[in-house]
Amino acid sequence: MTSHAEPSELPGVTKEDEAPPAGPVRKQPPPGFTPEGRLGSEGKVLNVFSHGILVVWGLLVTLPLLWAVMSSLKTDKQIFTSPWGLPSALHFDNWSRAWSKSNIGDFFLNTILVVGCSLIGTMLLGSMAAYILARFEFPGKRFIYFMFVGGMSFPIILALVPLFFVMKNMSLLNTFHGLILVYIAYSLPFTVFFLTSFFKTLPSSVAEAALIDGASHTRTFFQVMLPMAKPGLISVGIFNFLGQWNQYMLPTVLNTDEDKRVLTQGLVQLAASQQYKGDWSALFAGLVLAMLPVLGVYILFQRQVQAGLTAGALK
Amino acid sequence: MQHGKYRFIAGFLALPVILYAVFVISPFVQAIYYSFTDWTGLSSDFKMVGFKNYNWLLHDDLFWKAVGHNVVLLLVVPLVTLGLGLFFAFMLNVGGRGRKNSAISGVRGSSLYKVIYFFPQVLSIAIVALLFQFTYNPRNGAINAFLGGIGLESLQQGWLSDPKLALWCLMAVMVWSNVGFYVVLFSAGMSSIPKDFYEAALLDGANRIKTFFKITLPLLWDTVQTGWIYMGIIALDAFAVVQIMTVGPGGPADSTQVMGYYVYTKTFHDGQAGRATTIGVAMLIVTLIFAVIVTRLGRRERLEY
Repeated sequence: MTSHAEPSELPGVTKEDEAPPAGPVRKQPPPGFTPEGRLGSEGKVLNVFSHGILVVWGLLVTLPLLWAVMSSLKTDKQIFTSPWGLPSALHFDNWSRAWSKSNIGDFFLNTILVVGCSLIGTMLLGSMAAYILARFEFPGKRFIYFMFVGGMSFPIILALVPLFFVMKNMSLLNTFHGLILVYIAYSLPFTVFFLTSFFKTLPSSVAEAALIDGASHTRTFFQVMLPMAKPGLISVGIFNFLGQWNQYMLPTVLNTDEDKRVLTQGLVQLAASQQYKGDWSALFAGLVLAMLPVLGVYILFQRQVQAGLTAGALK
Repeated sequence: MQHGKYRFIAGFLALPVILYAVFVISPFVQAIYYSFTDWTGLSSDFKMVGFKNYNWLLHDDLFWKAVGHNVVLLLVVPLVTLGLGLFFAFMLNVGGRGRKNSAISGVRGSSLYKVIYFFPQVLSIAIVALLFQFTYNPRNGAINAFLGGIGLESLQQGWLSDPKLALWCLMAVMVWSNVGFYVVLFSAGMSSIPKDFYEAALLDGANRIKTFFKITLPLLWDTVQTGWIYMGIIALDAFAVVQIMTVGPGGPADSTQVMGYYVYTKTFHDGQAGRATTIGVAMLIVTLIFAVIVTRLGRRERLEY
């Protein structure tokens, strides 16, 4: 920023939120146009109306989540007698019981391990393949590109049955490394698709300069191109992180070992078994424990998350 | 240099391509092959049976029931989700009172609404399904308790155990978890539409409803179409909500059976992997038909601005 910022600028006001500068800078409204005329009266009614509807949906979204948090702090008896009542005392012991006895803690660590490794692998392999497909000419390039991109449009469930037996024959069932490899493979189509178009937008002059200076292709990639691709890597990284963290179908089929369950699958199986035993408060606690970290990360980084996920749809 | 280049290309592509070929491409190809066999999935013995599985499929009532449910999902879920998404996004961006010097504006606090609406999108569908299984619970669930609290005991239901309601309950969950995403997506699209368009329309005496259908929707059409395909794929899948929320293989009286879950039960409960892959191939065909219909219906003149 070279322009001298006014000291009176409001803190926390970002560029987009800034009101347009008053005065002649703003385009003059056409003659005969009064903002407070037809618009004004219609707008007032609409404003109340739109806020009303928007608040209703806001409640529909948040109330189930708040209800789960409230229930996780109650005793079993309270859950049954007053489902909407506030907890009489905050029973955080439900949370610790869920964390240790119901193994939510273990599921958590399993998920962190699997998703951590998968994410690194996906980003590394995905950006390598995308870089080649974006910047080099070689025979078979179009075929490989369409092979990757085609994977986006097929229902995974179709591949799931043979995949189960492929994994079985390679002794990869119920192993973390097997699950990691599968997560990476199924994340590649979108990652390659997205990053290929991203690498194409980067200027080639920088890479050429590095090559002329004697850097190898590999070094150019890691030290020049990857840092330049950071915004794209972050978008697709968030997309993959949430997708892999939230994955349910793949682990359900490929990873049935009790000790190796990931969070989503562990919770579902816990719910199925606990509903007979009736430890409802621990179930709610487990559910809340699984929701909180993702919601926390989301609230902290909501701009990037929203941008990352919607970038996925817009292409 | 040329030599170095090809070695570099091969080195960088080898691992991703091998991984992708082994775990994604080969299972897809095998699935089509297995759909012509009587493979149980348990032993490695199987023989080719030609189109026998496909013939079985044509006469399997449960399969057609599942297809019917998938079609309902495919029609209702994207329509409601995208409709609500467009409606809320329009309100957030255009619903506000015209402030000084600007013809249109969003409501106050629109970014806060967007943050909240997006919550369900970051949660796993498994966790959402579990949450709503509790919410729908007839004995201590939030919905029945709420109805009881406001004196509407007569509306209390065993939501997921009623064959007439179960599928609709699942659809509500799918809509609930996806609307926020489209609010954000469409908002991004709407904010890039030039304000002059709205000013001109309002000067010409168009009200907001007309403005929406004549300006916003046509300019947003590409995004809507992409969203439709995305929602269609979600609606065709529906594996997690069916498996987690409803009982047994496919809900009360098979009322929530869908193709994706039928593949799973045929393989892992019935030991009929050959038939299961046949259902999978049918699902692929439905997906392709859906994609063709959407792109055909959606084909309009591209608007540049």
